[in-house]
Amino acid sequence: MSVVGASSLRNWPSFDTVLNAFAMWLLAFLWALPLLYAFWTAIHPSAYETRFVLSAPLTFENFQKAWDAAPFARYFLNTVMLVTMILICQFILGTLAAFAFARFKFPGRDILFALVLLQLLVMPDILIVENYKTIRALGLVDTIAAIGLPYIASGFGIFLLRQTFMSIPRELDEAARVEGSSFLGLLWRVYIPLAKPTYLAYGLVSVSHHWNNFLWPLIITNSVETRPVTVGLSVFSAIDAGLEWSVINAATLMTSGPLLIAFLLFQRQFVQSFMRAGIR
Amino acid sequence: MMHRREWIYGWLFLSPALLFLFTFTHYPAVKTVFSSFFSTPRGRRPEEFIGLENYRTLIQDEVFWQVLMNNFWFAVGTIPASIGIALAMALWVNSRLKGRTLSRVAFFAPTVLPLIAVANIWMFFYTPGFGLIDQLRSGLFGLPAGNILGNPDSVLAAMIVVAIWKEAGFFMIFYLAALQSIPPVLREAADVEGASSFYYFRKILFPLLMPTTLFVSINAIINSFRLVDHIFVMTDGGPDNASSLLLFYIYEVAFKYWQTGYAATLTVVMLVLLSILAIGQFFLFDRKVHYQ
Amino acid sequence: MKLPMTLSTGLSTAALLLGMSSHALAVDLEFYFPVAVGGKAADTIQALTDEYLAANEGVNIDAVYAGSYGDTVTKALTASRGGKPPQLSVILSVDMFTLIDEDVIIPFDELVDSEEDQAWLDSFYPAFMANSQTGGKTYGIPFQRSTPVLYWNKEAFAEAGLDPETPPTSWEETIEMGKKLVQRDGNGNVTRWGVRIPSSGFPYWLFQGLTTQNGATLANAEGNQTNFDDPKVVEALEYLVELSTEHGVMAPGIVEWGATPKAFFEEQTAMMWTSTGNLTNVRENAPFDFGVGLLPGNESFGAPTGGGNFYIFRESSDEQKQAAFDFVQWITSPDQAAKWSIATGYVAPSPAAWETVDMQAYAADFPPALIARDQLEYAVAELSTYENQRVTGILNDALAAAITGSKAPAEALAEAQSKADAILKTYR
Repeated sequence: MSVVGASSLRNWPSFDTVLNAFAMWLLAFLWALPLLYAFWTAIHPSAYETRFVLSAPLTFENFQKAWDAAPFARYFLNTVMLVTMILICQFILGTLAAFAFARFKFPGRDILFALVLLQLLVMPDILIVENYKTIRALGLVDTIAAIGLPYIASGFGIFLLRQTFMSIPRELDEAARVEGSSFLGLLWRVYIPLAKPTYLAYGLVSVSHHWNNFLWPLIITNSVETRPVTVGLSVFSAIDAGLEWSVINAATLMTSGPLLIAFLLFQRQFVQSFMRAGIR
Repeated sequence: MMHRREWIYGWLFLSPALLFLFTFTHYPAVKTVFSSFFSTPRGRRPEEFIGLENYRTLIQDEVFWQVLMNNFWFAVGTIPASIGIALAMALWVNSRLKGRTLSRVAFFAPTVLPLIAVANIWMFFYTPGFGLIDQLRSGLFGLPAGNILGNPDSVLAAMIVVAIWKEAGFFMIFYLAALQSIPPVLREAADVEGASSFYYFRKILFPLLMPTTLFVSINAIINSFRLVDHIFVMTDGGPDNASSLLLFYIYEVAFKYWQTGYAATLTVVMLVLLSILAIGQFFLFDRKVHYQ
Repeated sequence: MKLPMTLSTGLSTAALLLGMSSHALAVDLEFYFPVAVGGKAADTIQALTDEYLAANEGVNIDAVYAGSYGDTVTKALTASRGGKPPQLSVILSVDMFTLIDEDVIIPFDELVDSEEDQAWLDSFYPAFMANSQTGGKTYGIPFQRSTPVLYWNKEAFAEAGLDPETPPTSWEETIEMGKKLVQRDGNGNVTRWGVRIPSSGFPYWLFQGLTTQNGATLANAEGNQTNFDDPKVVEALEYLVELSTEHGVMAPGIVEWGATPKAFFEEQTAMMWTSTGNLTNVRENAPFDFGVGLLPGNESFGAPTGGGNFYIFRESSDEQKQAAFDFVQWITSPDQAAKWSIATGYVAPSPAAWETVDMQAYAADFPPALIARDQLEYAVAELSTYENQRVTGILNDALAAAITGSKAPAEALAEAQSKADAILKTYR
């Protein structure tokens, strides 16, 4: 199908390659467009929200306005506390459970594992009504803990870590056991270090998921002290006075900036850890 | 003796995770089914058992049927497209094409951005008259302004595009990881045999990627029920429920109308649908997947 | 004898101290408020609260910014169900029936015990009280209130050969002027529409302007009967639909609320209907001369009111209720109301507030602010019923169906009426 003689002209890209490259660039441009637009509006006066001329004056006023209009620093802090709490709990609970599934033999193991896998499908996201009742019964409505609680035991996390732990050769256990390590010591000295890529990959997925989660926090929080940035943004952009895209986009960039930069810096490691974690 | 100790440790290690799993996944899932047989408590009126009354309401609720159809089309629109695009992205980014690093960043960026926030950006794209799409339409083709979000025929498609944009880059990562673990020898062998790229993809690569496709498609199915954040900002389910999805409707019924009993009934429908899809998919793919 | 003596003196001193301290013990109030128009309102409420606290020892008010209107009512209801409600909250006036249904608020009449109090209760515009009273009792005190008005682009009017100082005052004039204001490019595509009446999100609100102008009432004062299928309501919807289908003066399909001011600034439309809450926004951002007027009338002028009222919650001690009542009286008094109105653009709720020096100076400087007040004469209660969200949701769906052409206005409204009846019959 490719152009005649393409293989003989080694230095020239084939028609196929050119076509593919072009398609990739086009798609990448389309995919980047919303972000590019956000940048454009955020650094220009609102009159240029819909006019794209290179002579448009630059301004940082939109960031200033957004910062003044809503307590984003507080929202930001809430989100950081939230994702940190979720991540730490997920790691601890997930590691222990995964280790039990991977290394111990006990009655009911397979059934329990199936129940864990069930959460891949029936996620807390869709059980908002009953979970709200539970949280209310616990007296935790409008707390940061309440946003995180339904997610700290993650079926996905347990599944991933179990797969990783199972791929670690048993001989390493034996060696450590001979040296007199307890199970926890074994976990800490052998399993966790070897599963680092999985932790990194899973950690990034978890952080980006909970950083961006909206529906459940919307329901369970209703004050500045607990609201994460997503809910803060929605409150902020749903005002009577109409949309000011430049300010909203400035707020969006401010609040997702750290995550975006973190990804830009770590993207290579991120993809590699996915590979090494065997997520495929 | 050893066995007994493993039992104890096994249960000990599992119990914290299980406690939370049961409290926030299994218990509420079962409780939802129970709640669907009860009325909603309100002010001075307590909750009472009403049998199948909620299910009768459900069957007669036109909005429910419309929302269900919307969700069906939303799933049909997002699942294959996002998987296909994700695979194409991964193949490109994994090749030696120029600009692949930059492209990878562009593809993945939507995963990091909150849907609730980017929904505002998409609002601008879709806005009639001075929105980006209309500016292009009238600037390049002299077409009149459209009203994509204000028209029940196009609003769902607009929501589908946003969802695909949001999730394809995430799925790409899984394919990318899988592609990079495929030994290059296979490609070389295929080249020696004189196989075309398409043949290599269809007969070798695609089957090898089957487990990934299974995993990604389960995710895509779940997302087709779960990705509703942008609806809050862009349409509020309108016009006339044309862009409302099941989870969004559950939210409205439970937290705007405060009808928790009926919301539980709607959730039961969602649980049943997810189970059917999961079982169906498992059997469909099971025969084709080559586990490594 | 000595010991008991000292003991008894000690006891009595303690009792005295206790008595004193219980007297000096401050009444604690929790006060939820929403913000719907940017950050300024929150600062103003906080400043007013602080001013009140400085002047009134013995009261502590914890003013909590609770988010949007929706967040605030949810939070107040949730807290009430959990047994820890606020004593005071600003919540949408249309949520009154919901709050009564949930049995969480008390009528202000319970706290009125002097003629002065009664006079204060009677001092507000009747248009605002319509949403605050039911069954002869007053449950809400108007505070954060608004109404929709007409904004027009004077330059566009002049360009179209119309008098830039005269906006349309009737339905017909809207169509006539609108036709002149529509502009097309070389391809025949519309680049500027005549008028823009947003229909996304909560279309019932502006639609209520049309029904009021046509002499119809959407719901009774008891909140248990709607009149969606009234021929006059149908006529109003037909008019709204025909603005685009028949007369071509408004863009077809659902018109987005949030993007409306922007469309006005971009000269995509020469006139728009939107809330007085947008006055400051338009004043700051419109790159042309604009005017503000009453919504055009038909049988009469007409508009709904909107926004939030003060409510006092049932689960409070008598002292707390009394303290909350005092605070509401103070913050809605003319001077305070004037400050609030000037800072936020909300409509001052009593005629006396408009008589204050500050308010008069403000109105002289920015005459459009007066339009909202003048319109109150023709304004009616915003649509509000039991199970308000569901019932207005049904009407919204019907309006959207008619606007997008999937149902005829009469058909859509008849269906909406029967659905609303099914919900409201339990409340009759």
